Amino acid sequence: MSMRTLPLLFLNLGGEMLYILDQRLRAQHIPGDKARKVLNDIISTMFNRKFMEELFKPQELYSKKALRTIYERLAHASIMKLNQASMDKLYDLMTMAFKYQVLLCPRPKDVLLVTFNHLDTIKGFIRDSPTILQQVDETFRQLIEIYGGLSAGEFQLIRQTLLIFFQDLHIRVSMFLKDKVQNNNGRFVLPVSGPVPWGTELPGLIRMFNNKGEEVKRIEFKHGGNYVRAPKEGSFELYGDRVLKLGTNMYSLNRPVETHMSGSSKNLASWTQESIAPNPLAKEELNFLARLMGGMEIKKPSGPEPGFRLNLFTSDEEEEQAALTRPEELSHEVINIQATQDQQRSEELARIMGEFEITEQPRLNTSKGDDLLAMMDEL
Amino acid sequence: MFRWERSIPLRGSAAALCNNLSVLQLPARNLTHFGVVHGPSAQLLSAAPEGVPLAQRQLHAKEGAGVSPPLITQVHWCVLPFRVLLVLASHRGIQMYESDGSTMVYWHALDSGDATPVQAVFARGIAASGHFICVGTWSGRVLVFDIPAKGPNIVLSEELAGHQTPITDIATEPAQGQDCVADMVTADDSGLLCVWQSGPEFTLLTRIPGFGVPCPSVQLWQGIIAAGYGNGQVHLYEATTGNLHVQINAHARAISALDLAPELLSAAEDTFVHIWKLSRSPESSYIEVEHCHGECVSDTQVCGARFCDSSGSSFAVTGYDLAEIRRFSSV
Repeated sequence: MSMRTLPLLFLNLGGEMLYILDQRLRAQHIPGDKARKVLNDIISTMFNRKFMEELFKPQELYSKKALRTIYERLAHASIMKLNQASMDKLYDLMTMAFKYQVLLCPRPKDVLLVTFNHLDTIKGFIRDSPTILQQVDETFRQLIEIYGGLSAGEFQLIRQTLLIFFQDLHIRVSMFLKDKVQNNNGRFVLPVSGPVPWGTELPGLIRMFNNKGEEVKRIEFKHGGNYVRAPKEGSFELYGDRVLKLGTNMYSLNRPVETHMSGSSKNLASWTQESIAPNPLAKEELNFLARLMGGMEIKKPSGPEPGFRLNLFTSDEEEEQAALTRPEELSHEVINIQATQDQQRSEELARIMGEFEITEQPRLNTSKGDDLLAMMDEL
Repeated sequence: MFRWERSIPLRGSAAALCNNLSVLQLPARNLTHFGVVHGPSAQLLSAAPEGVPLAQRQLHAKEGAGVSPPLITQVHWCVLPFRVLLVLASHRGIQMYESDGSTMVYWHALDSGDATPVQAVFARGIAASGHFICVGTWSGRVLVFDIPAKGPNIVLSEELAGHQTPITDIATEPAQGQDCVADMVTADDSGLLCVWQSGPEFTLLTRIPGFGVPCPSVQLWQGIIAAGYGNGQVHLYEATTGNLHVQINAHARAISALDLAPELLSAAEDTFVHIWKLSRSPESSYIEVEHCHGECVSDTQVCGARFCDSSGSSFAVTGYDLAEIRRFSSV
């Protein structure tokens, strides 16, 4: 609906991805210099100027499938590899985390503070790399310029657009369940206590006025919640106290990140058009991917740095098991591009993909393993 | 006191829109129709008094160019003197159907001519006024359609200017007589309200300025305008003068829906639904309000709320991600 949603969606999901990868790199005891290189490579690719230029163009939101392809490419921008099952889990965690943050934003405009929280932490990851830091600051400034002046109505539209994107996603995440921010049915807890949004009065008061605008009567009523005043407004500057905690790194306590696939919404598959139709919109989304990935500069892994595989699960067996038992409706299949007749577009995409030097992907024994790169090779 | 009645299941969850529930009461047939927007589709269903679902139908927005299927912004039944039409507003245009959704009788494509690339183009805000149907648009213009007593010969008769930001909601009521000719209110994303008099040509009577937050939902009844705002407040204005008479700090999050007759129903993203009793002071005849009842729809961002009968003894709500219509009736 809103044409300005994609940058916010992309940057926040990207931020969550980095939080999770950072946590797993530490949990898997990857040596510090390798871990730093992975994060630096990914962040530098994410904030590449040409890529950001494409991202910030006014456009509709693309499907979850199309977006996942970008993140899969991003996650492989360095010496690290992820199996399909781990990539699936990563994407699930990213999407559920940002869905939670959007839902709980007190004001629609606060999604910008959430974005700034992500960027602030990302800057912490790369504080020793001044060039990448500059790229991130550049994007920060662009966000302030474009979103700083938007009206409350425009932010409400952005919020609605984001919520439509996340509709019907009810994957249960252990950490959310333990912290009691998510119920067992996968729905998030919406508290009826705490600070009211900045600019909102405490509910519970009725004021009545005469024709001259003078207050003539005042009554209180019981509104059912337990709210307090908002302490102060978060900062929308390049540096400042955001006040809001949503979008800060919840994984820093080194907690295991499991997702439960059972109990997720049964409505998922049958109603979303993108999963039943043989994706007649693949061509439009291909164009989007070509434009976006054309702007992505993936450095070829050079030197003696050998790659390594990151596992989002606690063991290889668990990862294999997850791949085999993933419910059909949750499979994040990459876009089927066989339907395309646009020869020139396919060739261009093949050329772009060819520039991404990815060493052999370990293939899991699943039918869902085909990815975009493999399909390009077959063209 | 209200109690939770049996919910009506939906095939798809409700989208996070405002005013996302339309109800058509058919007391003669002992039926109630419900309309809910899911996203690219809207669901219509009819239910018996106890809430037993009897029939359902799914409608889609007309396809067009674009990346994904066009989204519907609102679905609403318009009760006109000689017929009832179901109107669907989307990002492509306006579709009008017979009241059961079986036949489309009219399609109006939105003109996105002067939209900048960054503006979303859509129709939103639907209301019937006499034999007219008024639909709001992204530019702030309100389209007025002249509806014949039967048949598809619907004509766009006027485009009302008065708003500069996207329309959020429109409310109408039959004119109250000589002293109050205001019979339509339009609201927009900036919180501005325009009060109109309907007719072969609509006349703008008053403007009530906003204060920095959208007004997603508005109602008009017996010369009283009830407006819900993005900061959780509900304001009551006298339609003739535009004067503010009541300000309620009603909710802790943005209001998403209002219904009025004879009680006022307010619903918001804070999970609460409140019912208020409206009256006029016997001495001054100023509008007065008291709170009657509050209901918490746990962990649900309410996006639609309507009374299900004309006495206000039962109401229904929809919520984001919720695949059912929750019903409540008074005990």
